[in-house]
Amino acid sequence: MRVAGKGLLDRSRSVPFRFDGVRYAGLEGDTLASALLANGVRLVGRSFKYHRPRGILTAGSEEPNALVTVGTGGRRTPNTRATVQEIHQGLEARSQNAWPSLKHDLLSLNNLAAPFFGAGFYYKTFMWPKAFWERIYEPAIRRAAGLGALSGEPDADRYERAFAFCDLLVIGAGPAGLMAALVAGRAGADVILADEEARMGGRLLAETETIEGRPGHEWAEAALAELAATENVRLMTRTTVAGAYDQGTFAALERVGHHRAPQEGLPVECFWRIVAKRAVLAAGALERPIAFADNDRPGIMTAGAVRAYLNRWGVSPGRRVSVFANNDDAHRTARDMVKAGVDVVAVIDSRADAPGSDLFEVHRGAHVVGSAGRLGLEAITLRSGAAEHRVETDCLAMSGGWNPSVHLSCHMNGRPVWREDIVSFVPTPGAVPGMVAAGACNGAFSTQACLREGAEAARGALEELGIKPPKPDLPMAEDTEYRIAPLWAVAGKGRAWLDFQNDVTVKDVRQAAAENYRSVEHMKRYTTQGMATDQGKSSNVAALAVLADATGRGIPETGTTTFRPPYSPIAIAALGAGGQGKGFAPERLTTSHKASRERGAPMIEAGLWYRPSYFPAPGESNWRQSCDREVTMVRAAVGICDVSTLGKIDIQGPDAGRLLDFVYTNMFSTLKVGRVRYGLMLREDGYVMDDGTTARLGEDHYLMTTTTAAAGEVMRHLDFVHQGLRPEWDVRFASVSEQWAQFAVAGPKSRDLLNGVLDAPLEADDWPFMACGAVRVLGVAGRLFRISFSGEHAYELAVPARYGDSLFRALVARAEGMGGGAYGMEALNVLRIEKGLITHAEIHGRTTAFDIGMGRMVSAKKDCIGKTLSQRPGLTDPERERLVGLKPAGAVKLITAGGHLFAQDAAPVRQNDQGYVTSAGFSSTLGHVVALGFLRRGPDRIGEVVKMVDHLRGVETLCEVVDPVFFDPEGGRVRG
Amino acid sequence: MAELVAKSPCDGLLPLTLGGVTASEADLGTLTMVLPYCGRQKALSQALQAAHGMAFPAPNRATGKAGARGLWFGREGALLAGPDPDPALAEHAALSDQSDAWAAVRLEGAGAEDVLARLVPVDLRAAVFKRGHTVCSQVAHMSGSVTRVGERAFMILVFRSMAATLVHDLKTAMEAVAARG
Amino acid sequence: MRITCPLCGERDRREFYYKGAALALDRPEPDAGAEAWDEHVFLRDNPAGETRDLWYHADGCGAWIVVTRDTVSHAVLETRLAGEAGA
Repeated sequence: MRVAGKGLLDRSRSVPFRFDGVRYAGLEGDTLASALLANGVRLVGRSFKYHRPRGILTAGSEEPNALVTVGTGGRRTPNTRATVQEIHQGLEARSQNAWPSLKHDLLSLNNLAAPFFGAGFYYKTFMWPKAFWERIYEPAIRRAAGLGALSGEPDADRYERAFAFCDLLVIGAGPAGLMAALVAGRAGADVILADEEARMGGRLLAETETIEGRPGHEWAEAALAELAATENVRLMTRTTVAGAYDQGTFAALERVGHHRAPQEGLPVECFWRIVAKRAVLAAGALERPIAFADNDRPGIMTAGAVRAYLNRWGVSPGRRVSVFANNDDAHRTARDMVKAGVDVVAVIDSRADAPGSDLFEVHRGAHVVGSAGRLGLEAITLRSGAAEHRVETDCLAMSGGWNPSVHLSCHMNGRPVWREDIVSFVPTPGAVPGMVAAGACNGAFSTQACLREGAEAARGALEELGIKPPKPDLPMAEDTEYRIAPLWAVAGKGRAWLDFQNDVTVKDVRQAAAENYRSVEHMKRYTTQGMATDQGKSSNVAALAVLADATGRGIPETGTTTFRPPYSPIAIAALGAGGQGKGFAPERLTTSHKASRERGAPMIEAGLWYRPSYFPAPGESNWRQSCDREVTMVRAAVGICDVSTLGKIDIQGPDAGRLLDFVYTNMFSTLKVGRVRYGLMLREDGYVMDDGTTARLGEDHYLMTTTTAAAGEVMRHLDFVHQGLRPEWDVRFASVSEQWAQFAVAGPKSRDLLNGVLDAPLEADDWPFMACGAVRVLGVAGRLFRISFSGEHAYELAVPARYGDSLFRALVARAEGMGGGAYGMEALNVLRIEKGLITHAEIHGRTTAFDIGMGRMVSAKKDCIGKTLSQRPGLTDPERERLVGLKPAGAVKLITAGGHLFAQDAAPVRQNDQGYVTSAGFSSTLGHVVALGFLRRGPDRIGEVVKMVDHLRGVETLCEVVDPVFFDPEGGRVRG
Repeated sequence: MAELVAKSPCDGLLPLTLGGVTASEADLGTLTMVLPYCGRQKALSQALQAAHGMAFPAPNRATGKAGARGLWFGREGALLAGPDPDPALAEHAALSDQSDAWAAVRLEGAGAEDVLARLVPVDLRAAVFKRGHTVCSQVAHMSGSVTRVGERAFMILVFRSMAATLVHDLKTAMEAVAARG
Repeated sequence: MRITCPLCGERDRREFYYKGAALALDRPEPDAGAEAWDEHVFLRDNPAGETRDLWYHADGCGAWIVVTRDTVSHAVLETRLAGEAGA
């Protein structure tokens, strides 16, 4: 319920929302948690394993209990913390893990079976019979245990990523963070202040203590106003800095749309990568519960949360409030409650020397040993000395002390250090280079200490950055000593909860220790302590204290588990932001793309490129018909194919020829100007890297082509060879792949066709096979290469890309007039297989020049990359699997790429494997399937019949081993 | 009428205005990759100065002005944008015509920096990245060049074949920035 | 992780391609013998501590860079252009 006169919200701004279908009203600025508490709703969810009724434990992102599902359909987000979710018009939230309803959850029967679900129950209870585990036990357990579920629909929400940079990143906008940002901002540093909450101020919004004589939240407002007006300061609210990484890189998640109704174009979250020269960790501290029997009942909350709901949101979570603590800080909750007019029925402090109060009764040296109430707290059992008595209360504010939020300081493998005086861990200085902890996350708990440490951390950072700090101007604030005596678990019967989200009890941890899981890492995995979505924020320290006690060690020796990023959960969609749909990878489109699509060509991906698969003609109903027609068309008339996707590298300079000689196995320095040569490139380990043709355009000017897929790799390789191995050579590279639109014009009528588009007709003598030169095509300066990947008399014609679309249309129109037309990748593949020409299907990284029958292309006259190792005996062994052609020799006429080769009578098993098929296609020219493959001693076995077995497709074919060149072996057509 | 019609890389895709930011295709004129040979950078710079009124740009810098710019374009190269290159440059540098190789988009408006913060992993804010500054970096998943050409204006270059992807990625970022208001 | 390109300045690791040990720069003579070539192409130390790697500023200026870094602390100690770093 709301408490009159309390809270920082505007009472006039009502906001309707729904929870489990029921309509409620909250106030602008409410979280779902504060709004539910204001409406008297205490039961919010069911626990993970035992389906115990659970309420709201905390007021922050550490919340383990109050997880809800927000939104519907493809926008559904499960496991949203009610303490983080802000209410807005139209908010639909639902409870999770309960059936048929939150109040009558049938699976709460698990709670009665609890003896079977203790630590390690997976490993013990369901062992027999063994076969039941996968079929029965595990599915049943998975159904019963769990949190929210995904919708199963594609995520309809949009997520984005962004980069930010600053001198100083301040993580957390409580007193320490605000002070650090003020100091750095006043000095002119480039500052980012990030805070996970919708409203900055941290605990200043939750406390009644004053700074400079005015309420803390007012000081915070003034500080924020100053920061907002400072140009060099950037305020990032709703932004959780989730991870600290190398060289000052931080991951941060901003909630952009979760607090408002869905809006077109607006992302729900933004994943930030922030690069900061220095950082101040001012993440505050998290309060820990105390373990006692049935301490998980709705209405039992952390004391700081109860105080925050009262002071910030004007809500009292109960009418008769009690407090259970081991430290002075929690007494503030009782004080603020009494002053706000709420009944405080008891303050139970485990310390015999706890301070007294005029406002409420303090039970010193006393403990809470149990609680009662079916779906929410009704009473607690108080034990003082030997006496126990029942206290009627509907809200217990408990505090086992505060844990500094050291998490980010551990993300680069730093371990926090134990401080006995505050009974908690603090960050190790320098654990994340450039990041300094300040304030409560550093174990400084008074407001004054937070302000001081924030200022000091900022001054230190400024000094390191070489920025002159401003004059010291530290406001005066409360500086009370933090007094605490350890209390982790209250002795007694019943289940005392440590990890509320994973349902881990004190008994579970003790049992782990008893079974010799004494290492904190083992205990964690055996009990699942700290392994839920909250990563044990409110339970880890208590759990390891219980383990330390059970194993007779101290807490520092027991150590902590590793805190890993992210600090709080991040949706996978946010991590992959921008990567959905077309954001996954760039699409590279050729200049003929539009014209090809207009002709109905389906596209096939080649690296990032999209290339036409085939061009369906009227009456054709499947791709094979189109492919067969296109192959025949090239062999009989003329075909046009866009080959712009091949990599093209301009190589210029006095040492250009020398460099080519070094990267190719064969000679290029001897190539005549105006001629083209095929080249083979090796990796330094002697295997083939890439192949392609290189043209000599001038004395010191070559144009190299690479395969489509390897263009980037070859450019990188050339850069490496030049910069790393031969920096003294005067040679320069420029990628010109994108400059030229290049089209293959292939077939017996190719010259006739070209003569119709070239400004000057081709003189046969000037343009023999492998000639190249400048031409003018339909009035535009271009380049012509007489090269062929089809075995036909063919050319490649290049023009500046702006004319690509036009030229493609012009060439295809002319080809069609001559009985030809456009052809796609399917036909191109068949044409080259018929000619035994290789692609990356053959040079796949495990084949050598020797394997592909090009051993003699490795020049003996010179050194080249890969030469030495290509001559290793193992790489030139005649027994190796070497390139052959294959054609069907039996009743089955199908050969499939990927099939393996065996002797005719051998069983098709791995031990008998003799090779494999790399490429196959139906040759309309020859009337049967043609294939290329690698066969042990292949070239020595021409004429032999082997068996191809494709286990995946269930194909078994007898194949004759033939020369890889199926068609026109003399090459008369290509030269003619 | 000429049968070959020139098409620009972003033909039919731009301009686009969203939330006060406009992306429009830029015609930068002739683009020439200029790669000075060993020990010729100084002579090249003088030749550039004489012919085109600009020095050879230092790393991460652009020289010249609209209509004739020199963009630093990688380890040892610059992109001469605008005029046809003076033939004398060829004495000192490898020249390579790139006029058709790049999609060039001008991004302008108050939110242009915010749009680029979603695409480029480099600090492009005015205080750090001033007029005359240029970077070779990523634009979303693409290699690209980004130059500040005005107080609120940037020139973005990516491979021509990726023009549609650039427009898509810009539009997505512009929508998100616009929707935040 | 961030790497300082000697030309472009400090950049996110995403712009770089990693090749491996800077040993690749010390290419043996063709007749150096099997052992030297084996060492050059295949054998690599895996130190906990300082390493010298080759990185390529792929989505950047295209420079090959020798990066000296610490595999334990992840600190980047020095970056130099491969052409100037020497063998």
